[in-house]
Amino acid sequence: MADTQLLTAPVSELRQLLSDRAISSVELTRAFLRQIELCNPLLNAVVTICEDHALEQAALADKQLATGEIAPLTGVPLLHKDIFCTHGIRTTCGSRMLAEFTPAYDATVVSKLQSAGAVTLGKCNMDEFAMGSSNETSFFGTVKNPWDLDCVPGGSSGGSAAAVAAGMAPLATGTDTGGSIRQPASLCGITGLKPTYGRVSRLGIIAFASSLDQAGPMARTAEDCALALTAMAGVDGGDSTSADKPVPNFHGALNTDIQGLRIGLPKQFFNDDLDDQVRARVLEALAELEKAGATLVEIDLPHSHYAIATYYVIAPAEASANLARYDGVRFGYRCDDPQNLEDLYLRSRSEGFGEEVQRRILVGTYALSAGFYDAYFNKAQQVRRVITEDFHRAFEQVDVIAGPSAPGVAFPFGAKQQDPIAMYMEDIYTLAVNLAGLPGLSTPAGFINGMPVGLQLIGRPFDEQTILNAAHRLQTDTDWHQSHPSLGDLAS
Amino acid sequence: MSWEIVMGLEVHLQLATQSKIFSGSSTQFGASPNEQADAVDLGMPGMLPVLNEEAVRYAVKFGLGIGARIGERSVFDRKNYFYPDLPKGYQVSQFFAPIVSEGVFEVPLEDGTLFPIRITRAHLEEDAGKSVHDIFTHETGIDLNRAGTPLLEIVTEPDFRSADQAVAYLKTLHSLVTYLGISDGNMAEGSMRCDINISLREKGSEKLGTRTEIKNVNSFRFVERAIYSEYERQADILESGGTITQETRLYDAENNVTRSMRSKEVANDYRYFPEPDLLPIVIDEAYIEAVRATLPELPGAKRQRFIESYGLNDYDAALLVPHHDMADYFEAVVKACNAAKPAANWILGDLSGALNRNEVSISESPITAERLAGLITRIEDGTLSSKLAKQVFDAMWDGEGDADDIIAARGLKQVNDSGALEAMVDEVIANSPDQVAQYRAADEAKRKKLSGFFVGQIMKASQGQANPQILNALLLKKLDDQS
Repeated sequence: MADTQLLTAPVSELRQLLSDRAISSVELTRAFLRQIELCNPLLNAVVTICEDHALEQAALADKQLATGEIAPLTGVPLLHKDIFCTHGIRTTCGSRMLAEFTPAYDATVVSKLQSAGAVTLGKCNMDEFAMGSSNETSFFGTVKNPWDLDCVPGGSSGGSAAAVAAGMAPLATGTDTGGSIRQPASLCGITGLKPTYGRVSRLGIIAFASSLDQAGPMARTAEDCALALTAMAGVDGGDSTSADKPVPNFHGALNTDIQGLRIGLPKQFFNDDLDDQVRARVLEALAELEKAGATLVEIDLPHSHYAIATYYVIAPAEASANLARYDGVRFGYRCDDPQNLEDLYLRSRSEGFGEEVQRRILVGTYALSAGFYDAYFNKAQQVRRVITEDFHRAFEQVDVIAGPSAPGVAFPFGAKQQDPIAMYMEDIYTLAVNLAGLPGLSTPAGFINGMPVGLQLIGRPFDEQTILNAAHRLQTDTDWHQSHPSLGDLAS
Repeated sequence: MSWEIVMGLEVHLQLATQSKIFSGSSTQFGASPNEQADAVDLGMPGMLPVLNEEAVRYAVKFGLGIGARIGERSVFDRKNYFYPDLPKGYQVSQFFAPIVSEGVFEVPLEDGTLFPIRITRAHLEEDAGKSVHDIFTHETGIDLNRAGTPLLEIVTEPDFRSADQAVAYLKTLHSLVTYLGISDGNMAEGSMRCDINISLREKGSEKLGTRTEIKNVNSFRFVERAIYSEYERQADILESGGTITQETRLYDAENNVTRSMRSKEVANDYRYFPEPDLLPIVIDEAYIEAVRATLPELPGAKRQRFIESYGLNDYDAALLVPHHDMADYFEAVVKACNAAKPAANWILGDLSGALNRNEVSISESPITAERLAGLITRIEDGTLSSKLAKQVFDAMWDGEGDADDIIAARGLKQVNDSGALEAMVDEVIANSPDQVAQYRAADEAKRKKLSGFFVGQIMKASQGQANPQILNALLLKKLDDQS
């Protein structure tokens, strides 16, 4: 098998090659490590490469493959977003604050994927503390979009998305607080799934906004996402908000029969604000699903235009508390030569956090302050319930809600950096899904001037299966997801 | 001018759970610094709290113990502030919806009356760590062993009008929580810490004055002294026409004054909001009933029962009941000797005295309840005079066996035989003609005093074994007869 073919093969195929012993996990791991070595100088998608650790895990996987002790992902290499704590491996969260932080524990997601046999290649770059939609806020520099090196990969899981798109790994983990899996998946032309809030444990994931954060897989196909989600999901005694729901075998239950599937198109998503070319691509993809037996219905999400305002009160408010622990006292960045306690706090935090993180801490602190709590935080919580009810009402009529994953394709570096509001609009179609705690995925839906566009599919709570089925059917009938940037051009 | 003091109390009670409220770390007191702090307690990135159900059960027990309302749905909130010993930069507490609210607590006062104190609320929260200033030069150490220890913060309405009432409340509360087994109540180790909200107003006025809060007072005695000293301070200011500044103060026990804390540490906006990492605590009727079934007899009920079934007075009951072990000891003694009042007297008198002198708790008393009952039995049946009984008590304390062993070994039987006693009386009268003459010349009032000489002589001759009642009767009869 040619290198490019191997590097762009989905996990489902790699598993087969591994279990057939057509390739060893060590060989596969070396191939991806080599690709990381070649592409990373240009893309900056990976901040930590764990070659020795990966090869050790791969060798172990090969032993298991030899004895037939095969777990769902045995021998499959992957990358973790650098927000997942990894025992003994530096975990930076894209921040100077944690640039030298090495946890003594694994996130539940990391240990679950490890038990499923996966091999950890390294850690992916990301927006600092997952705050950003372009990967421009990372302390470790921007990640470049493999489809156009002058453009952003999206964010905050931009490193994960770019890495998968560039064949540096067949699978990566991401987290999604307001669109951080789906938007970069869309901008990099891959498939990314944000599960229902509570489906995947948050233990060991560095918190941004606790009531919104959710981890999920980013891969080439919906089928791979189903495989990975099955391994990642499940109740965790260490996370009180993880849901005690049975985890289906999403992969085993994949079904391409979508006859009669009712897909709702919120009129608020397809209004005049939507870019015409994005609209065209999204509708083309939906037409494919219609051809496969789905029916398209216009629906109403009357309060969806409040989502951004609501999100940008709740998420920063929670973040302002979650990030208070980075005070220079116990771990993380500490300023040089603090003069007193206040100086230690002020300089450690001012020097350790970047601008966007500081902006959100300020916004969140303000929203929770005496005299403003009712007007901001409390009101936002109320609106959040209203937005959630909109979705629940819509799901009485339809099985899936569809729309764009992002308002446009990848944009050039710096285009939105000076205008936080323009940047926040990047997540206009994804935020509401987090507020309502619903599962959502982005699947490739064609191109605009050679740049990928994503279709977003939103499901009922804990019904990841239905949106995975629909995406899988789309990927059976189309080949947008099989396109990839020219890997040769990416090698430096 | 005459001032009335108005106070409300906030007590931080450490719950005696084995592990912390949100982590599996031990809560044992006295470990080396940071030995009992895990990644959750340290607030490490990605760590999440998991609620210790035992802490909830203890809070519900407390709520039931004071007949308060148990919240069907109580919620944890984050209380945000920066401090080096607060690892996460916020304390997980309950602000908007506490687990316990609206209780009334009946505090028995010295005169036997019950004084009702309204409990506004009691909520669960985690304790902070400690800053250690005396180990490193020019540096502050942080010990997070205490961080995450479960606390129940118990808040009263401003119902106190005197230091005595405040102390009586704290003692009664201490008794209740140790009865419930929800706290060891060890004030020296910080298991029960008290904040006092205190203001003064002119007697007769209904309007509340500006209050100050005295934080973290950790003994009954200091509470009393802190209140007096703050009362004096506020009264001086008001009488000289000044105004009270609303502020937090600390009690300096060494100099017996309260001092203002720096205003910077006080002017906090805690920005409370619901803790998104924890689910609300939902408590249903079945849970409450299951907890209620585990409640022991509480001090109030026990006091009543001691008065009614043992015929004790309010005073004795009030002293016996607060300490669970003492109440149990008392009941064991009574069960074995069936003499409640003497049992109460011995326990509250000689036994308590000996225990205090030797700094031993009653559960470790060298004299078991059965042995004390044995002693009382021998007093009741006339074998021992009270004087002999004290000898036997001392011997029992020293481990010389039970009362009967000691009586036999020392030949300590009381002489009740009137023939023998009469002989002794006759002998003393015969040998003391001067004293007899003096006695007989004296009037009634003086005679009583003078008779003591003869009693002393006979007790000496009998080595204390003469039955004092019989002796007295005989002696007076003889002295008076021949006058």
